[in-house]
Amino acid sequence: MAIATQSRPRPDSGWGNPIGYVAVLLLIGVTLGPVLYIIVGGFRTNSQITVDPAGLPSPWVFGNYTGVLTSSTFWRQVGNSTMVATATTAGVLLLGVMASYVLARYRFRGQGAMYALFAAGLMFPATVAITPLYLLIKNLGLVNTLPGVILPQIAFGLPATIIILVPFLRAIPKELEEAAALDRCSRLGFFWRIVLPLSVPGLITTGILTFVGSWNSYLLPLFILNDQDTFTLPLGVQAFASQYSVDTAKVLAFTSLSMIPALVFFSLFERRIVGGLTGAVKG
Amino acid sequence: MRSRRRGIGWAQRLEIAALSGPAILMFLGFVIFPVLMAAYYGFYRWKGFGPPTNFVGLDNYVTILQDTAFREALWHNALIVVLSLVLQGPIAVGLALLLNRKMRGRSVIRVLIFVPYVIAEVIVGTAWALLLQTNGAVNDVLRSIGLGGLTEDWLANPALAIWTLMLILTWKYVGFAVILFLAGMQNIPEELAEAAAVDGASYWQTQRRITLPLLGPTVRIWAFLSIIGALQLFDLVYIIWGQYVASTAGTSTMATYMVTEGRNAGNYGYGNAVAVVLFIISMIIALLYQRFVLRRDTDGALTGGR
Repeated sequence: MAIATQSRPRPDSGWGNPIGYVAVLLLIGVTLGPVLYIIVGGFRTNSQITVDPAGLPSPWVFGNYTGVLTSSTFWRQVGNSTMVATATTAGVLLLGVMASYVLARYRFRGQGAMYALFAAGLMFPATVAITPLYLLIKNLGLVNTLPGVILPQIAFGLPATIIILVPFLRAIPKELEEAAALDRCSRLGFFWRIVLPLSVPGLITTGILTFVGSWNSYLLPLFILNDQDTFTLPLGVQAFASQYSVDTAKVLAFTSLSMIPALVFFSLFERRIVGGLTGAVKG
Repeated sequence: MRSRRRGIGWAQRLEIAALSGPAILMFLGFVIFPVLMAAYYGFYRWKGFGPPTNFVGLDNYVTILQDTAFREALWHNALIVVLSLVLQGPIAVGLALLLNRKMRGRSVIRVLIFVPYVIAEVIVGTAWALLLQTNGAVNDVLRSIGLGGLTEDWLANPALAIWTLMLILTWKYVGFAVILFLAGMQNIPEELAEAAAVDGASYWQTQRRITLPLLGPTVRIWAFLSIIGALQLFDLVYIIWGQYVASTAGTSTMATYMVTEGRNAGNYGYGNAVAVVLFIISMIIALLYQRFVLRRDTDGALTGGR
């Protein structure tokens, strides 16, 4: 859609240009259509959906949503997902910022190798290591426990975080460090009092990406968590969808409720994300 | 500064070890070690109980390379890699240009375009599977607007399924490319566009001669991430097509093959060998890409910060 306007060179007429707005409206329709279908579909009954798959609810029914909201399964899964995502994010940020600080502000032998190690990790998401990872977790006795998901997720979250944070920390002016040294502030003190506060934008960006990634992650929990009680939301959605495969309306309600937290989280901080990546993506 | 000239002392070494040690240990323990173990297990026929004893050498690898199901999966992966670049790249550049301009409601639109990227693969898969099934909403809409002839069996028709997958992938991941491109565009100094405007360049000339060339490094990094992601694609295929249907619908990938033939079939040795093949293919492509495409961006984010 955007392409259509682009292929039509015209003098910059500002946004009085109706074609631009048409393109944007189309874009929003295509982007949000399926999402709205899920949300609105949750307000219909199964017979409404069968008779007229694309119609609007008539009448609106709230039973599907209240059914999900009053089920303990849903809330347990929300709790599990929250715990996993929060712990993962905290771990990734803490370990990531420490290692990034070393990579950005110290000079030592093996620095390049250390950077390359983490950069290489960026190329290999959990998919390739998933089977031995499962065996490792099994040997550690962590199958069907949340730490069994959290620990590997922290490890796999580190590369992206470090790659984004290092340029951020490097951009802190040398003068600040020298001034801190003059004031008898140790390098660790400098890290704690100056680097951490200044790197908050980068931390927010990587924190949100990690949180959303963990909230949505599927493959690792699929391998590690087999017990219904430990399911995170993505596993729950899938289990629910196969258990109630005939009850489409209920599945839609469950699905739309489970995507709310990530959406809220992301839209609150969207501006920060673009800002935070700007430091990392060198144009 | 002064201490640096003297070389690093014990105190600094201790600081370095204390600060970077935990991250390195985690990374080695849960990323590098499993990858090495995959290489080890891959030489065994092993059901996952007790230590592996039945050493079979390269048998697993021979089986993989001879299995037509794997070759089909490999072919699907290749298609997905190329089509992702060709479909998502131009769309994302167009959208980023559009959203980089001052217009009313821009920030709202930016959030909206990222919505699919933020939604979990499981949810995206479940929703699209419902929309696209034979009696689903998409076919219903087509029928009601008089295009009944266009209704299709979107998911099960082998000639069509891979394109359906590409459509869903584009819908889901184009937002990520747009985020990256917008971030890259913010790095391009506005003075350049202003200077061009003074010289009488039109908006489109400015974009073509200034914005797009300067966006090059960002595009190349995005392409890299997209290629790696496409090679490892698992979630959406597994959720929409399930473990058994994927291969008959022509959408199986190396990763779904690995999970189906490895874990689900209880052949852990074999599954690990598939993981190794997947790893080697990804690594070769990543190294070639870094060598021939990313090399000119030696200042890029991937290769050393600034």
